[in-house]
Amino acid sequence: LPSSWDYRRVPNAWLTFVGSDIISTVEFNHTGELLATGDKGGRVVIFQREQESKNQIHRRGEYNVYSTFQSHEPEFDYLKSLEIEEKINKIRWLPQQNAAYFLLSTNDKTVKLWKVSERDKRPEGYNLKDEEGRLRDPATITTLRVPVLRPMDLMVEATPRRVFANAHTYHINSISVNSDYETYMSADDLRINLWNFEITNQSFNIVDIKPANMEELTEVITAAEFHPHHCNTFVYSSSKGTIRLCDMRASALCDRHTKFFEEPEDPSNRSFFSEIISSISDVKFSHSGRYIMTRDYLTVKVWDLNMENRPIETYQVHDYLRSKLCSLYENDCIFDKFECVWNGSDSVIMTGSYNNFFRMFDRNTKRDVTLEASRENSKPRAILKPRKVCVGGKRRKDEISVDSLDFSKKILHTAWHPSENIIAVAATNNLYIFQDKVN
Amino acid sequence: MLSKGLKRKREEEEEKESLAVDALWLDPGHAAVAQAPPAAASSSLFDLSVLKLHHSLQQSEPDLRHLVLVVNTLRRIQASMAPAAALPPVPSPPAAPSMADNLLASSDAALSASMASLLEDLSHIEGLSQAPQPLADEGPPGRSMGGAAPSLGALDLLGPATGCLLDDGLEGLFEDIDTSMYDNELWAPASEGLKPGPEDEPGKEEAPELDEAELDYLMDVLVGTQALERPPGPGR
Repeated sequence: LPSSWDYRRVPNAWLTFVGSDIISTVEFNHTGELLATGDKGGRVVIFQREQESKNQIHRRGEYNVYSTFQSHEPEFDYLKSLEIEEKINKIRWLPQQNAAYFLLSTNDKTVKLWKVSERDKRPEGYNLKDEEGRLRDPATITTLRVPVLRPMDLMVEATPRRVFANAHTYHINSISVNSDYETYMSADDLRINLWNFEITNQSFNIVDIKPANMEELTEVITAAEFHPHHCNTFVYSSSKGTIRLCDMRASALCDRHTKFFEEPEDPSNRSFFSEIISSISDVKFSHSGRYIMTRDYLTVKVWDLNMENRPIETYQVHDYLRSKLCSLYENDCIFDKFECVWNGSDSVIMTGSYNNFFRMFDRNTKRDVTLEASRENSKPRAILKPRKVCVGGKRRKDEISVDSLDFSKKILHTAWHPSENIIAVAATNNLYIFQDKVN
Repeated sequence: MLSKGLKRKREEEEEKESLAVDALWLDPGHAAVAQAPPAAASSSLFDLSVLKLHHSLQQSEPDLRHLVLVVNTLRRIQASMAPAAALPPVPSPPAAPSMADNLLASSDAALSASMASLLEDLSHIEGLSQAPQPLADEGPPGRSMGGAAPSLGALDLLGPATGCLLDDGLEGLFEDIDTSMYDNELWAPASEGLKPGPEDEPGKEEAPELDEAELDYLMDVLVGTQALERPPGPGR
């Protein structure tokens, strides 16, 4: 990461989809070559990075649309008279093992495995079909020929290879691919299920926090993720601000955690809203596997797996909102679920905020920056200007006062390239891709 | 679906709308919150939370996280109001709480009526399904997490003056999330009852305990036309 935070907007890389829907998830694949977005309309759009080319060096780093497909459709559950939304809650890539790409996408109830593959040849010279595909009368065939493969324009096809359905009573909030690449988990508000990629009609329930009487329900699961290297270990977070680390070797049903992470409440900050703002909206393992990062309403916290009683680092995302919690409760913004991401080397973390702002924290230098994802405020190839929120007193020229923030412009979903300083930021229905100027 | 033949009052809708619009950016020194005595602040927050709860319960499939957080917040507010529970609600500022009280009173009726009708709907299906309860030896995992559920008996201290939500307190609020509807054996989720282990019981079926007559009745109720020929198997 350069010493100054210089991110340029990659030209034509921010795209507004026609008739666009709100983007609901963003994810780079393991090499960073592909970037997938899911939206509220059940659509998945995959972008591919332009290959390096000596002739067009200025185009390097651009992401262009590679494939678009409808992953989920709205469904109607007739028994319960419920409509199941087609919104894509999460996309997770599988590591590439052959020429095709595989990803998991999920809505509230159903996970699907999609195969995205290229086709640049087609067979010609069938015996039983003519060139238009019409069947020929076998009696008219006098000679046989071997069909040959001829080149054609590149076509990218997405096909659903597996559908994992009927295993979640409640809404799926997370999916996570295991490091064994054979299994994955899906988590809803009260349960976590383990799947084998090859088996769609059966899953193992590994966590169940549903109380015997629903009246006793006080806590729900908010996010879950597998450890990046240990295929037996996973974490899940809760609406009460706790994280549990579980070991699947300990028992079949992981209701007893191996580790329990919780920070004691700060008595000076206690309010009616303490629990709501402590609710964890995202949990992510570092690439190293040594740390976990959690996002709650006002902060991002980094935890060392070896220390359960408090985080090792806490970063304030937008502490100026602490005095506005009542209003934010009233307009429901206090329930917004922000995600958080690590950079490739685990040295910088990033998360979104309101007014199309997003924040980056350098864990080593302890410096932080606020940037804005907006077309008006960023010209192509111009360096992003750091933003500042004025909390009181005199407002400087370029500062924004807290009361002027637009709470309808929230950045909930961001992604960081696995090895380079390229970030993807979803601002409602626009996708922005920013790149470090060093590239 | 919830309120059979019960129309929302027009004032209710307008009130809700104006609350939402006004609240978009509230001055932190809002009268009901900052300058009024704490009792009034709690009271207006209580009313707001009840409104949110009502709204959430009216969804065909409530967001469980939102619901749980609002209920827990309500419990906190109500716990802090408990010492003053015997008194009628503080009338200042006059405008907001009295309107909210009217709302609460009317929403009480609507809420009770809607929940009563929902429970009635569910009783058909509840009778047909034999949803397995979590195995006793697993214990109620929900309780082993976090602290014990706070006592809800205090809600009864709020007499008719403040508008008791339901006859049996907050517990009743979750009744309409009757999981026998979700856990209906007829459409048993693949994971129900399946436990991993080296010796998986081969051929363990998740066959529903329903007979054809009951299925026919259910389908008639729902569709009013043809009956099912046979219940779907687990691996459909």
